[in-house]
Amino acid sequence: MDSLIGITGKDFVIFIADTAQARSILKMKGDEDKIMVVDESKMFAMAGDTGDRTTFCEYVKRNLKLYEIRSGLTLSTHAAAHWTRRALADALRQNPYQTNLLLGGWDEESGASLYYLDYLGSMHKMPFAIQGYASNFVLSIFDRYYKEDLTVAEGLELAKLCIAELNRRFLLAQPDWAIKVIKKGENGKASLEVIVPASK
Amino acid sequence: MARYDRAITVFSPDGHLFQVEYALNAVNKGTTAIGIRGKNSIVLGIEKKSAMKLQDPRTVRKIVQLDDSICLAFAGLVADARVLINKARIECQTYRLTLDEEPSVEYITRWIAQRQQKYTQSGGVRPYGISTLIVGFDTDGEPRLFQTDPSGIYSEWFANCIGRNSKPVKEFFTKNYPGLRKEEKTEGEEESEEELVDFELTEEATIKLAVKALMEVVESPKNIEIAVVKKGSLRFLEVDEIETLVDAFEAEQKEKEDNKQ
Repeated sequence: MDSLIGITGKDFVIFIADTAQARSILKMKGDEDKIMVVDESKMFAMAGDTGDRTTFCEYVKRNLKLYEIRSGLTLSTHAAAHWTRRALADALRQNPYQTNLLLGGWDEESGASLYYLDYLGSMHKMPFAIQGYASNFVLSIFDRYYKEDLTVAEGLELAKLCIAELNRRFLLAQPDWAIKVIKKGENGKASLEVIVPASK
Repeated sequence: MARYDRAITVFSPDGHLFQVEYALNAVNKGTTAIGIRGKNSIVLGIEKKSAMKLQDPRTVRKIVQLDDSICLAFAGLVADARVLINKARIECQTYRLTLDEEPSVEYITRWIAQRQQKYTQSGGVRPYGISTLIVGFDTDGEPRLFQTDPSGIYSEWFANCIGRNSKPVKEFFTKNYPGLRKEEKTEGEEESEEELVDFELTEEATIKLAVKALMEVVESPKNIEIAVVKKGSLRFLEVDEIETLVDAFEAEQKEKEDNKQ
């Protein structure tokens, strides 16, 4: 079961994802990167059916790129989230994509934003969000410790707390996690940083 | 002759496809576009028609980006170009989606050329009335410059010109593209162009050559638009940059003439 966590703070979004790829009781690989970078300013954390999640996210990534080449503008996180939601909703009553997503990004108009999308086409903009069983454990951590306008360092400390709680109480907790951050860079544009890579 | 115009799938008795030739005529009525391949950059230049006073000049773009490292300039029917460019952009992303790598400049040129050819062999459609100059960088970092035309032919060039007044500009290139000068000096030897052309052109030199070439056929620097293509970027020169280059070039010319006297 995929555990994906997203945290927003002052001009940044952190994604934490477990790196296990499982088939029933077998762990196929332990270095799967579930955080797909769309561009310097947006990223997806993908959960769900292995084939569907990469297919869908690559499809979204290429379409967002096409929009940018055609118009010369980078899409806002808000627009990208709505486009993604529409794609999920359109597929729902034909051949649904079995994938739940978190979309996080930074842009000038809205700063850092995080969207929770699920395979039925629901979408919520949230300050922090979790996909998978991990939510049962980690939402209470956020309720206790999350506050507005966190710094990146504080956000990473919070991430550590979440991982510690999962490792302590979640039966199916995974030892390895990948962490990526998108934040407002020095030049005023978004920049991506890989804090912990998926494969070591 | 008129009988062979109607359906373009029909050859004339002497082997012409008239619609394709007429399409080339349409291209030769279009404003000039040039492309020059340098060592690490490629320069595209176009003739800008004097903007009508009430028109916003930003919306008339004849040099466009197809993908991160691939750009295109065209001559001919603007609306036809818009359609072809849109399809090419989609093809670039489709290629990336399927193969997870950048399309090469030759790939997209071949795709565009094949599309143009298809419209010379289908019923009820007319050919695209444009020739294109497609430039970009392959993954090995090599700059490439290709040309396509309404018949669907494509070929690679070191420097080329399409649209009206292309003949004088092509002659200018033959005389002034640096490596080519070496070819003229060697006499009595087997001439092989690949060996003789040496890519010394720096970005600055390529831009200067482009401005000089366009000044042969336009009225003033205000009618020139220059774009520099480097790996992953497309940069348009500001009007004052171009004017400075033209002024420097004209001063140079004047000096040469004064020295001759």
